[in-house]
Amino acid sequence: MTVSAQAPARSFAATAIDPRYLIVFLITLVLVLGEAEYGILGGYDRLATTLGICLITEIVLSWWLRGKVANLASAYVSGISLALLTKPQANILWPFALGAFLAIASKYVLTYRGRHLWNPSNFAIALMVLVASDSVAILSHQWGNDLRINLIIWTFGLIIASRAKVLHITLTYVACFFVFAFIRNAIVGGPLLAELAPITGPMYQLFVFFMVTDPRTTVSTRRGRIIVVAIVALVETLIRLAGDFQLPLLRPFYVSPPILALSIVGPIAMWLDLRRTARA
Amino acid sequence: MKRCFYLKTTRDGSFYRMRRFIVSLAFFAAIVLVVVLNRRAAGSAVGLNTASIRLHEVAESIGIDFVHEAPTLDPKVQPIAPHIAALGACVSVADFNNDGNPDLYFTSSRFGSNNALFLNTGDGTFHNHSEHAGLGALNRAGEGVSMGAVWGDFDNDGFEDLFISKWGYQQLFRNNGNGTFTDVTEQAGLRRWMNSNGAVWLDFDRDGLLDLYVTGYFRSDLDFWNLRTTRIMQHSWEFATNGGKNLLFKNLGNGRFQDVTDSLGVGSTRWTLAAASADFNDDGWPDLYLANDYGPEELYLNKEGKRFELARAGLQDDSKSGMAVAIGDVYNRGRHDVFVTNISEKGFLFQGNNLRINFLKELDRFDEVASGVVADAGWAWGAQFGDLNNDGLLDLVIANGFISADSSRSYWYAMSKIAGAQGNIFEDARNWPAIGKASLSGYERSRVLLNRGADGFEDVAEAAGVTDLLDGRAVAMADLTNRGALDVIIANEKARPLIYRSSPPEGLHWIELKLVGTRSNRSAIGAEVTVEFGNVRQRQVVDGGSGFCSQNDRRLHFGLGRERPGRVLIRWPSGRQQVVEGLKADQLHVITEPK
Repeated sequence: MTVSAQAPARSFAATAIDPRYLIVFLITLVLVLGEAEYGILGGYDRLATTLGICLITEIVLSWWLRGKVANLASAYVSGISLALLTKPQANILWPFALGAFLAIASKYVLTYRGRHLWNPSNFAIALMVLVASDSVAILSHQWGNDLRINLIIWTFGLIIASRAKVLHITLTYVACFFVFAFIRNAIVGGPLLAELAPITGPMYQLFVFFMVTDPRTTVSTRRGRIIVVAIVALVETLIRLAGDFQLPLLRPFYVSPPILALSIVGPIAMWLDLRRTARA
Repeated sequence: MKRCFYLKTTRDGSFYRMRRFIVSLAFFAAIVLVVVLNRRAAGSAVGLNTASIRLHEVAESIGIDFVHEAPTLDPKVQPIAPHIAALGACVSVADFNNDGNPDLYFTSSRFGSNNALFLNTGDGTFHNHSEHAGLGALNRAGEGVSMGAVWGDFDNDGFEDLFISKWGYQQLFRNNGNGTFTDVTEQAGLRRWMNSNGAVWLDFDRDGLLDLYVTGYFRSDLDFWNLRTTRIMQHSWEFATNGGKNLLFKNLGNGRFQDVTDSLGVGSTRWTLAAASADFNDDGWPDLYLANDYGPEELYLNKEGKRFELARAGLQDDSKSGMAVAIGDVYNRGRHDVFVTNISEKGFLFQGNNLRINFLKELDRFDEVASGVVADAGWAWGAQFGDLNNDGLLDLVIANGFISADSSRSYWYAMSKIAGAQGNIFEDARNWPAIGKASLSGYERSRVLLNRGADGFEDVAEAAGVTDLLDGRAVAMADLTNRGALDVIIANEKARPLIYRSSPPEGLHWIELKLVGTRSNRSAIGAEVTVEFGNVRQRQVVDGGSGFCSQNDRRLHFGLGRERPGRVLIRWPSGRQQVVEGLKADQLHVITEPK
């Protein structure tokens, strides 16, 4: 749920507290809980690099291209998301530095009708795993596989998603995930819990609360957002089936099905939506 | 004013377009940079071996005709049996008959399959001595299967005895001195059912008697052939504490051992796969370093033999999948540094091996410095340091590969479904996707890392002659033919072992030291030896078990490069210190502890 670098998103208008800061609170909660309990960062240099470059890039590019420094909440959320999701080979920092720059710069470069198409951290992490898989993996830390932390984050996440009026996106995705998990299980067999298990993990927390719900990279209508997120879940399932059936061509995708599904579906949906609204 | 300027430039498309073009250029340049840096990523760099590590595989030609067999398990865990049972190929080195030639012991892990004791004939060949020794047929229903072995003269009679770690009842064999062994497990008080993958001999209280630390992997209440539950797996991939309890047995000197685990505080339940002992903090007492699967490493500092204290030492948050502990003085500083193997798999997981440089005296911690070829070796198992080219720097051999089955199918994706889930899901083996015939980090090559000192390590495996793709487990080193060259022995899962005979360059010097304890344990296990040569000093410890389910020859090998040996400082396990000078290069020296 990376929030806009420009004006507050339309869906946030009715809330008392700017939802951007609720999101900032939530990602900070995730960071603090995870780091305190499980050392999820793997080094504060990683956080400093990612967050620092995200913020600097946002400041410089917004000032240089738009004449004013943008609200930094979006860059903050992107920076922490990337620091948490990027798990590179030991002791290398460049994936954090370049990932952070690419995430924020994508908002200014990959645009259509003045709007960016990709959620910034989704774009950066998808790019990294696709073109730099010798060096970068996603979230090999699992935060202790601990139910307590998970429940805290899901609880706060759902409350904040509700306040931010994006709960329908989150819930649609979760519902679709469950439906598709049953379908996958019917197709590939094996234990049903193995298909349901991924959504109980921390990568999905970041995905459902900070990526798939990003108001700046979701389409303009509620119905559209529900359809798009269902398609994301469908594409994720196709990638997962590719993993089950070991399609070699799609191997780079099935290391992280939801993130790569969003990176495919999200920008196409945004482009179609912007094109449709412009014509209207 | 400024705002007006920018609005103006925005309206004036040329300024804006130019700036956007510059940003776009930087954006795409950054993508190109990602690609370039990724290509240079460690693990793909292979060195040219200009410093001449030469290894030649000779196992079959010298009479090593052994093949490891993996355990069969209760059908309740059959869907992931290949994953659970992919352990047990161990090798340990000792001169059990005191003929001056190191012998080899390999374990097998299937009921009915035999372990093998290979006697070194002294002419470069080996013959299987297991049947005569009574160390072969140890894998029996109701008794369990072998997973590791360590030699140590627990009764100080001058002959190396053998402890065997098992999934089942542990076993201790006393060396009768005539080529035969007697099972003394029951009398020794060691008949314990554990699911252990290793053990280490150490004299923790410096009383001259070898004590025994046995690691637990799976819980000790599990009988893998009669499982009453399928909730047998780890409850976390990172901080699991539901493994088997490690046990410390004090040698009472009357042939019996006493369980002192709880009173000394070393009963970790962190899925320990490997342990090694040395005096890491230089206080004169042997410490314990543990490599834990699904958890952080643990360093237990010995408090004068009265208790052990879990040190932070920079280890507590760095949770990985520790498989082996190798000890080596990487930069010739007179310190024991530590190498711990872990897992790397392109796209899925980069845990990376750890190379921990010892700064315990100055900073109370190790510094983790692994990068490049040291960090990324695949799914790494056993590892050992040794100077393979006698240049005076300790090189590193790493065995790799987990399950080599159908090379067109990988279990990584299926495993990733549950790896991120809540612990109570994957703690139950029934919830794991079936592995079938898939590989899991299979067909990975072993690594031979040449130590270039300040220039780091270089992977020279292929140029050195190491190209095997077997599922390596244990690595041990020994000068098998007394030539002043360290040979490398690798025990492979479900395959034959490999013995790489080393041919270091001519003209480089070495010494080898065989220590014999008097006040200390007779094997001198735990003796700390520092050899000065040139303007450096290298420290080694007599091995009571290290790597992964392995043990190097307890004779120490020091490469000296072009230098001659200077002073040799020995700190015996009893605490006595000795300085030896004037040792000749290129010889084995037997040094007996002064009484």
